[in-house]
Order: sequence, then C-alpha cells, then structure tokens
Amino acid sequence: MKSWNRAALAAALCLAAAGVQAQQTVNIPDVIELSGAGAVSGTNWKDGVTLAVDEINAKGGILGRKIVTTHTDTQSNPGVSRALVQKALDNDPYVLLGPVFSGSVKVNMLLAQQAEVPQFTGAEAADITQMGNPYIFRTSFGQQVSMPKIANYVRDGIKARSVAVVWVNNDFGKGGRDSFIKEMGSRGIKVVADVSTESGQVDFAADVVKVKNAGADCIFVYTNEEESARFLREAKKQGIKVPLLGETTLLGQKVIDLAGDAANGARGHVGLSVDVPVPAIQEFKAKFSKRFGYVPDHNGIKGYTAVYAIKYVTTKIGKFDRKLFAKTMHGLTITPAMEPGILIETSWDDKGDIDRISFLAEVVDGKQKVTATLPKLGK
Amino acid sequence: MALLQILISGLATGAIYALVAVGFMLLWQTSQTINFAQGEFVMLPAFFVLGAMKFGGMPFWLAIVVGLLLSLIVLGVLFKVLLVDPMLRHGVLPLVISTIALALFFKEGVKTWYAAEAQPFPALWSNDNLEIGGAVISVQNLVIIVVAVTAVLALQWFLARTRTGRCMQATAQNPALARILGVRVERMILYTFLINAALVALASFLISPIYLAKFSNGETLGMAAFIAAIVGGFNQVRGAIAGGLLLGVVDNLAASYISTQYRGAIPLFLLIAVILFRPQGLLGRAEERSV
Repeated sequence: MKSWNRAALAAALCLAAAGVQAQQTVNIPDVIELSGAGAVSGTNWKDGVTLAVDEINAKGGILGRKIVTTHTDTQSNPGVSRALVQKALDNDPYVLLGPVFSGSVKVNMLLAQQAEVPQFTGAEAADITQMGNPYIFRTSFGQQVSMPKIANYVRDGIKARSVAVVWVNNDFGKGGRDSFIKEMGSRGIKVVADVSTESGQVDFAADVVKVKNAGADCIFVYTNEEESARFLREAKKQGIKVPLLGETTLLGQKVIDLAGDAANGARGHVGLSVDVPVPAIQEFKAKFSKRFGYVPDHNGIKGYTAVYAIKYVTTKIGKFDRKLFAKTMHGLTITPAMEPGILIETSWDDKGDIDRISFLAEVVDGKQKVTATLPKLGK
Repeated sequence: MALLQILISGLATGAIYALVAVGFMLLWQTSQTINFAQGEFVMLPAFFVLGAMKFGGMPFWLAIVVGLLLSLIVLGVLFKVLLVDPMLRHGVLPLVISTIALALFFKEGVKTWYAAEAQPFPALWSNDNLEIGGAVISVQNLVIIVVAVTAVLALQWFLARTRTGRCMQATAQNPALARILGVRVERMILYTFLINAALVALASFLISPIYLAKFSNGETLGMAAFIAAIVGGFNQVRGAIAGGLLLGVVDNLAASYISTQYRGAIPLFLLIAVILFRPQGLLGRAEERSV
C-alpha cells in the first residue's frame, strides 16, 4: 500500500507541475512549408516567427506567459498540412500560424474555423478571405488587392498594350492569374500568351520560347521563388528583352540570390520587402540576417509581424480568449507606435484581409531598389 | 527562328537525358541493375561540389574535381560494393526496391544535411548568347550539347575500339562465356559503374547551373532518363542517345505548340506507344529469353 501511495503522490505532483507549466506558457504552433516547392517561403516564415517569439519571450512573453512554438513541415503538401493542423488543434493552441501555400490553407482553415482557433496565414489566393471564415487573417496582401496595383503599373508605368502571363499551376498561381487577367481586361490590355507551369518545374526552355514568340510588350511572371529564379535564368539565356514583371515574389531576395545577374531588370509591385526605406524594417533585416545568416524575404516579415500582432491583440484584450481575439482583429489597425514589432502600420478588415502601404521596385545590380511608395487603399 | 530555338533548347535538355540514359542502360546491360536512384545520382554530385566549396573552402575548379572523385567513389564503387553486389544475388526485384530506397536516402540526406531549398550552382562557362540567323542561341545550351555528345561519342569509341571496352561488351553479352575466355568480369562490371558515375556527374555539372541544385531534382531527371532509355532501346547505347534527344525535343515542341499544361503527359504517351508497337525501343535490338 505504501508504494501505491507514493506512486499516486508522484503522479499527482507531476500533473500539478504540468498544469503549472501549461499555465506559464501559451501554445502557438506553426504549420509551415519546410521542404518541397514552398521551402524557401516556409523557411523565411519560420525564422521570422522564431525571431519574434524569442524577442517576446526574452521580455517576459505575452501577459506573463512564454510562447511555445513548434514548427512542423507540411512538405508543401495540402494533405500533410491538413493532418498537421488537426494534430496542432488537438493540443489546444491559442492561435495557429501558417501555412504559406494557398492550396494548403484552403484545405486546413476549415479545421481551425471549426475549432474556433484564429489562424495567421502567409497565403495570398484571393478566395481565402472570401469564404466567410471569421478566424482567418492574412499577413500580406490578397491577390484581389495586389493585382490591381500591378495592373496599374503595367498600364501607367510600362505603358504596355499586350502582356504574356506565366503562372504556376497551383492555387496561388491560378488565383493570381485569374485576378491579373481580369484586371488586364478591364484596362484594355491584351493577354497574348497564357502559359501555365508546374510547381517544382526545373526546365523552362519551352515556356520562355513560347512567351518570347508571343511578342508581348511585357511578361508577367507569377510563380513561386525557385521557379521564378529558374524562369529568370532561362529568360536571360534566351535573350528576352521586354520587361519581366512580378508581384512581390519575383523581386524577393531569395529569387535574386538564386537567379544571380539574370534577376537584374525584373520589376513590379512589392507588398512587403526588407529593402524598403522604412527604418523598422531595416532594423529587422539586420537582426534577421545576423541571426540566421541570410537576408530574409517578405515571408520573413510576414512570420515576424504575425507573432507581434498576436502579442498586441492579446495584450489589448487582456486575456487569452480566442473568440474575443478574432473579434478584435476585425477592423483593427496597429501602428508601430502601438507595437514596434508590427514594423509598418497595418490594418485588417472584416474579412481578415490586410491593408498597408506597398511599393514599386526594380532589381538593380542584384539588389531590390524601391522606385515608388503606394499609399494604403483605405487612405 | 522559333523552331530553331526550340530545337536547340530541346537538344540541350535531351543531351542531359541521353547522358543519364546511357548510364542507366550500361548498368542494366552489364549487371542487370535497374537503378531507380539514377535521378538522385545526377542530383548528388552538384552537392558534393557545393559541399566542397562551403565546408572545404575550395575554389570552384577544385571542388569540381573533388565532386567528380566523390561521385566515382560513392556512386560507382560504394554503390556496387555495398548495395548491388549483396542484393543482386537475391534477384532483380530486391535490387530495384533497394535502389528506390537509396533514392529516398539520398534525397532526404541532402535535404537534412545540406538544404531543403534550391541552391545556386556556378556555371562552368559564360552566360552569353549568340545570334544565329536571327535566333538567339544560348552558349550554355551549345556547350551542353557539345560536351554531352562528345562524352557519349568518346564512350562509344572506348567500348568499340579498346580492348577494355570490348571486354565490357563481352561481359554484357554473355558473362559466363566472357569469364571462360579470360575476361575479368568483376572488374569490367566495376568499370561500368565508374563510367555511370562519371556520366551522371557530368550531367549534374552541366545542368545544375540552369536547374539550380535541389534535393528533389532527381525525380524529374530520373523519370526522363528511364523513359528515354526505354523509348530509344534499353540494349543499345545509340538507342539511349536517340531516346534522350528525342524526349528533349518532343517535350519542348509539345510545350511550345500543343500545351504547357499537358507537356508532362507527352513523354508518357510516347512511352506507351513504343511499348505497344516497338517494345525493343526505336533503335533497340529484339531479345528473346528462355524461360
């Protein structure tokens, strides 16, 4: 009997200790692309999250509770992402981070919605925030916001009358392609080539020949990072002379690193970038680069600011209440004065879409150079 | 002009497929090894080079030499001694499954120990373009075609004109008889593995500046080489060459004139057609086997 008593006492102490431990932490899991076609985006996002979590924890956490974040790899596979989100939800998270790939978010956000867990995503497909999910929040522009901006640039900046579109055949690429072509139509710009490519595609020779022969005034490239770099390399190899345009990804630092001098001359609209003339972002870039040994792209900023948004909102509401958190996020604006970690003034609307300033940029000598700053849509 | 560019691009891609397909075919001919890790064999040498530069601090040219040597050791000698020799005595199927496992091991190994992301790989030559008859032709593509064709022609010469090459052919055709005639069959088989390792390393160094080095690159290349070898003829070097070049050109023509969305299906249609109507391959030799 004595040994039974001792065992029961030990078990009770363990349970109590675990309870105390849980009380002192807040679980914010990160389900993200760490391999496969989304590895570049996911790794940047993960490192951005890690940096923010460590900074916040070093200052005492959120409302006195340390953030505990586990990063799990979706392998850029929607099915795997769904299983991982379910697993994360089984552990009663406060907020869910990730993924970045739109196709993955579309299949797993319903789980988070049913569990009433707020979810911050890096995905950009237009329809993600059009499905009436009150728990989904973007960390970057949706395509319905970014495409009109790049379309204006094609019309007013490039003064193009025809365009060739190269897009990746996944939810991100298809959504972007549909939005872009719609915007081109409304501006009277003719789409003379519509070329779909595959996620993970390595050989772009035929695609480049096809768009080259279409005789467009410019080429709009809407693929993921590695494919963008391969396309740029092939475009240089085949001597393409017309402007190559993109939306954020094409001008990202990772694409520039991978494409080398083939990236020079690429231009377009940038929703987020570490090269914009904003001191807070430059400071973030320096911290990130020092810690992880590489220059982050926009996904690093997305991951970083998502965690700081969580911190701000939770501090504002004064408790860990998921429903109240989601409700507070709708219609919220966070300025750097309110929360320095947000880096740029950012607003979320009633659907979870984001609004902030954005930029026009060009790659010059292997660096992204901002040529103009565009105001928030709401201003 | 467009057609010329498509053909040059297709031949450059096809030349890489041909290099890999020839190695694939040689292994099968001499040791009945169907190497489903052949694509990963192309992926790995690029990482040997990058590793030598990153961890060994070597200049690019020296890293290339080190990459080639490591390829010969790991993908030639060790592959034969540690995997093929022990597994082959259990039959072809266990060996095939082992090579699939090896492919996974290489992929996951590179992903874990180097990077899951694509890596830039320095080019061996300039990125300039030439203008020929109004068409812009990449120097890279021309170099790929010239180097690959030269390598395969040199291999053909070696197999047909040297004593060692003829011994290797004898080993491929009838190892028992070759052994009776004094051919050192084991050594000939080892040479074949070394030649395959050299071919895949060459393919890797040629293609990685364009495709970028990534752990998953072997999936596409391995499948393409396998299809090329079957389409061209699994028992003839010239068949593997023809299959590789044809596949590259057909892929580019299909993407340019039919559909980029269905380009992946075209080689498979080609494969099905060859299996149905000319199972020995376009340039292959019909073989009969007693049961």
